[in-house]
Amino acid sequence: MAERALFFILAIVAIVSAGGVVFSRNPVRSALLLVLNFFTLALIYFMLSAQFIGALQVIVYAGAIMVLFLFVIMLLNLGSPEAVMQERDLKRPLAYLIGFGILATLVGQAFVLLLPMTPQPPSEAGTAKVIGQALFTQWAYPVLLMGVLLTVGVIGSILLARRRVS
Amino acid sequence: MTLADFGWAIVRIAIMLGFLLSVLPVVIWLERRALAWFQNRVGPNRLGPFGLLQPMADAVKLFFKEEIVPASADRLIWALAPALSLFPALVAAATIPWGPNRLLTPVADVDIGLLYFLAMSSLAAYGVLLAGWSSNNKYSLLGGLRSSAQVISYELGMGLALATAVLAAGSFRMTTIVEMQAQPLWGVVPFLHNWLIFTPWGLIGGALFFVCMLAETNRAPFDLPEAESELVAGYQTEYSSMKFAAFFMGEYIAILAICGVMTTCFLGGYLAPISWSPIQALGEGGGFWGIVATLTGALMPPLWFIGKLFGLFFSFLWIRATLLRLRYDQLMNIGWRFLIPVGLVNLALLTVYVIWGWVPALVGYAAVIAVYLLVFSVRRPERRTVALLSEAQPYRPKEAQSG
Repeated sequence: MAERALFFILAIVAIVSAGGVVFSRNPVRSALLLVLNFFTLALIYFMLSAQFIGALQVIVYAGAIMVLFLFVIMLLNLGSPEAVMQERDLKRPLAYLIGFGILATLVGQAFVLLLPMTPQPPSEAGTAKVIGQALFTQWAYPVLLMGVLLTVGVIGSILLARRRVS
Repeated sequence: MTLADFGWAIVRIAIMLGFLLSVLPVVIWLERRALAWFQNRVGPNRLGPFGLLQPMADAVKLFFKEEIVPASADRLIWALAPALSLFPALVAAATIPWGPNRLLTPVADVDIGLLYFLAMSSLAAYGVLLAGWSSNNKYSLLGGLRSSAQVISYELGMGLALATAVLAAGSFRMTTIVEMQAQPLWGVVPFLHNWLIFTPWGLIGGALFFVCMLAETNRAPFDLPEAESELVAGYQTEYSSMKFAAFFMGEYIAILAICGVMTTCFLGGYLAPISWSPIQALGEGGGFWGIVATLTGALMPPLWFIGKLFGLFFSFLWIRATLLRLRYDQLMNIGWRFLIPVGLVNLALLTVYVIWGWVPALVGYAAVIAVYLLVFSVRRPERRTVALLSEAQPYRPKEAQSG
């Protein structure tokens, strides 16, 4: 009972903060609400006894990526998004299309999953050991390929950022 | 979860927070007195014996100070920032065991203990970053930007250093890491404990972690975010009264928490250097040795832990009094070009030990050191400047900018 109440509190916070990310006029507040959203998601992972994923969610998304986002927003001192909103070209209808498409897919998935309430997974399913064994035995090749992909991204960003010195 | 479990959890939280908050005045007093001692000054010595009551007087003073809000500040985020800097510091120590009694410590003995600490300490960047931005002051903003760049750069090295402890113990759980260090030293010396710092990988990992520790907590020589000679007081320039005190408290509690992690992962946690098991065996029969065994079993481990904590904190002060502040590009170079490669090589050699044992690992260390000496003694790497497109890089040579 208490767990379900906690879940609904977290879910409401997550949804409200996600809405705030989109509707806030101030880019810094948007980014902060996204941090709050990631943090609540991590707490929901903890409730589902997926501790390892919850901790990584905080370290990677809330702790590293969003700090970089905020860093860039503050460094560039972005104003309000009015300038972007006034541009009337193909971007806006395309954004609506993609956004609502993703929303429809997600909502459809959610209803399929929600109707029969799945029982609590065993508490060992989310530990570092289980995930590590799965990742480095069963899924070893996809993990290696993803490593290569990330390295390509890093090298590409260095190439882009590097100025040609004559 | 029964009611008794819940009650014990409350007791554990109360003990941890009580310790962190009550040791805070002592730590601040120690910092001021020890720095004064290093610099051949007297330091605060008026209030109470040895000036011990000075932090209390400062706290009372801060309570009654007027709070000044900058006119152009983003008020909501400005008020949020001190809380965001204090909260991660207060909760980060929750998985650190400070004694052998599992009812009293740690607050939560979870499977992801070290990851939890990394997660909470990575959130600490927000307080500083937001304080710097919302103050709407260029010094504050520069302090906040420097701090976030620094924390992101050193988090990687810190993760690699902590990974040595995780790999050696085979678990993220802090209590397992301490139990691993309760083994006989190198598996052969029965009366000494196998602290991780006594192994080659532990020594290198511990040294890396110590550097990262200084950088994560923005302490000298990595105190660029609040470099008073350049940035007034960095991100906390515009803060006064209790909001300033909140930053101050957050900083010192974060130092205590990170010293606790260093103690747990590399310095044997609450374990004494000498194994007490012979005394414990003597105490089985009761009587005098029974009392001694109870005392050493229950009282000594927390005292050892606190002793190591204060020893590490004192080393922070020693370094602050000794070393000069680094330049920004030096700081980044140390983080990315020294700590991370060394951490990676160290981790690789530790896996050699885990899989094949002592001899190949030691041969590997010798080989790496030999190759390093050979390559870098023959050909000193010439200084190269990697020019970046972004204009946010200070301290760039002039000629590189014009290209």
